[in-house]
Amino acid sequence: MTATPPLFEIDDLQVSVADKQIVNGLTLSLRPGEVHAIMGPNGSGKSTLANSLMGHPRYTVTGGDVHLQGESVVEMSPDERARAGLFLAFQYPTDIPGVSMINFLRRAISARRGEEIPVREFRQVLNEVLGRLQMDEQFVRRYVNDGFSGGEKKRAEILQLGLLQPLVAVMDETDSGLDIDALRIVSEGINTFHSDDNAILLITHYQRILRYVQPDHVHVLIGGRIVESGDASLAERLERDGYEPFMERTTEGVLSS
Amino acid sequence: MTTAASEAPVTPRSEYEFGFHDDVEALVKLPKGLSREVVNTISDIKEEPDWMRRLRLKALDHFNARPMPEWGGELGDIDFNDIHYYVRATDRDESDWEDVPDYIKDTYDKLGIPEAEKQGLLAGVGAQYDSEVVYHNIREDLEEKGVLFLGTDQALREYPELVREYFTTVIPANDNKFAALNTAVWSGGSFIYVPPGVHVDIPLQAYFRINSEDMGQFERTLIIADEGAQVHYVEGCTAPIYSSDSLHSAVVEIVCKAGSNVRYTTIQNWSNNVYNLVTKRAMAYQDAVMTWVDGNLGSKLTMKYPAVYLMEPGAHGEVLSIASAGQGQHQDAGAKIVHAAPNTTSVITSKSLSMDGGRSTYRGLLKVYDGADGCRSNVRCDALMLDEHSRSDTYPVMEIDEKKVDIGHEATVSKVGDEQLFYLMARGLSEEEATKMIVNGFVEPIIKSLPLEYAVEMNRLIELQMEGAIG
Ligand SMILES: Nc1ncnc2c1ncn2[C@@H]1O[C@H](COP(=O)(O)OP(=O)(O)OP(=O)(O)O)[C@@H](O)[C@H]1O
Ligand SMILES: [Mg+2]
Repeated sequence: MTATPPLFEIDDLQVSVADKQIVNGLTLSLRPGEVHAIMGPNGSGKSTLANSLMGHPRYTVTGGDVHLQGESVVEMSPDERARAGLFLAFQYPTDIPGVSMINFLRRAISARRGEEIPVREFRQVLNEVLGRLQMDEQFVRRYVNDGFSGGEKKRAEILQLGLLQPLVAVMDETDSGLDIDALRIVSEGINTFHSDDNAILLITHYQRILRYVQPDHVHVLIGGRIVESGDASLAERLERDGYEPFMERTTEGVLSS
Repeated sequence: MTTAASEAPVTPRSEYEFGFHDDVEALVKLPKGLSREVVNTISDIKEEPDWMRRLRLKALDHFNARPMPEWGGELGDIDFNDIHYYVRATDRDESDWEDVPDYIKDTYDKLGIPEAEKQGLLAGVGAQYDSEVVYHNIREDLEEKGVLFLGTDQALREYPELVREYFTTVIPANDNKFAALNTAVWSGGSFIYVPPGVHVDIPLQAYFRINSEDMGQFERTLIIADEGAQVHYVEGCTAPIYSSDSLHSAVVEIVCKAGSNVRYTTIQNWSNNVYNLVTKRAMAYQDAVMTWVDGNLGSKLTMKYPAVYLMEPGAHGEVLSIASAGQGQHQDAGAKIVHAAPNTTSVITSKSLSMDGGRSTYRGLLKVYDGADGCRSNVRCDALMLDEHSRSDTYPVMEIDEKKVDIGHEATVSKVGDEQLFYLMARGLSEEEATKMIVNGFVEPIIKSLPLEYAVEMNRLIELQMEGAIG
């Protein structure tokens, strides 16, 4: 059996922010249909990784490379990456007062498709995804993330995931701050999106979302590098024992380097 | 007579789409400069009553006696001796576009005015070309109800007592240097009278166009809404691009009698070599509502602070303003509200943009007189800068001489946020599209209070200006 070629490859990536090296040579490979979970303590560099993958101007890639479908993305602007099929669900989505969700979503979906989406088709897909996420139609009349509750913001990110149909979705703590029902609905949203053609990189602190969205691989990120990888059972171990058992390795690996 | 409209010889900003001018010899063009003789000549040409001539001459003395204001924009480059104070292209004010000289009608065709009138989007249209009104027309049913909408000169000829009753009662001849100048040399402008209880359901529109080089346009607009009347007046302004500067110094006086409702919308898109120094003021009486919607996009320097004086209990004043300053522009705009009676209310909402090295200033005055208790006012001014080398200042002044009032005030100055840009770009929008979206969102609270056609127009003009600034 020949292995399918990777959809998304992170190769020895190094990222610095404010002249501080945060991601220290991270390598990861996602095949179509896979779900990878990244877990790690606060400040270990998870959001730095996520933002730099999307091309945030404040994060500088100082080494390594990232390929989407075999194409390097590190020189691309964020919008080029998005149009190429990369998606970031933000840990802290930004509000944009005065810009209605519906207008924004229509522009975004048209940008992703490379052509204007007809109004009727847009309404149809929008209503479908809204229904699936149990979101009121009135919701899209509001301004982008403006005055949204924490949970509404996360749901709005999943709404965008469902509409934009990316190839690779990086989800930065989408489960944080959700109540029990919302967690289930959001997880179902992710599962509906997930197919054999796309891949998901799920950043989380908690094992509970992994009961709904089952990962093929779990990675432990400490000090800006992956110190352990395993299957779903690794998440259970982390939940039970914490990061303590892995800390030693970083001290050797990172601090001495 | 040449009828071709040609491209302007000098185009500092090629994006300005109304930069064309008509190559025509004016019928009357007074020599440059300001003097008693010039003022007298204007009065002679107009065959005015004597009281108006005396008023003009007195105003000229005020103008000469007053120093240039030093608190606002840079006015030092205006050479009052290098301006034609009166230029007349045609000798008639027509009420049928077919009778307007072709080259002038062509100009308005390009601006889309006759078309909008034909489509019934407007209840009446006025058009001023240089110093004189060339066209005025009002829907018949409104005329039958006694609504007057005509050029101010024509009003002075046909309704001299009505004009005399209100002229300079809202803005005295010596109010400020530029109001004095306007009073001395005024020509054109709109006169509107709406009888008691009459509602003008769709807007009356006037369109001001400067065509001649080195000229000053000094229109004078007077609106009287009688008790319980309702009217919405819209004005738009453009000018060709010449190598030397023009001066536009208008005065707008509005009387809102008890229970009336007046809305005055301006979309100013002068070319970037026009000094736009305008005095606008309304007096609102018992329970009247006065709203200024003020959009300032063009000009070299605009100094304009629409004012509402709330004279009797229950009156409400509102100013919604957008200013956008691009390269070489200074928009010094704002609002003035005076609470002179108890239980009056007001709202000021100002949004200003600066880009491409442009400068926006919000200058506001909120005054509450002692004894005007129970007043409520809410002031909100936000400024957004698109880049590092643009500038934005806010000077909100409050003079509150009464304790029992409820005043809210909020001011913000911000740059287009990196996080907002990144968020939109992460969804596939280009930097330019993302910036436009953020700016549109910023001005949205004002845009949504405009009638649809003007909202579309305003958005379009802002985008046009941004295309010059970004990328
Ligand atoms: N703009 C910045 N300026 C300075 N330091 C930064 C900046 N952004 C991130 N850092 C630092 O980089 C480190 C990693 O931060 P990051 O947000 O990637 O962590 P995280 O793993 O996502 O944490 P959490 O679980 O709390 O979300 C932290 O020490 C943080 O303070
Ligand atoms: Mg984080």
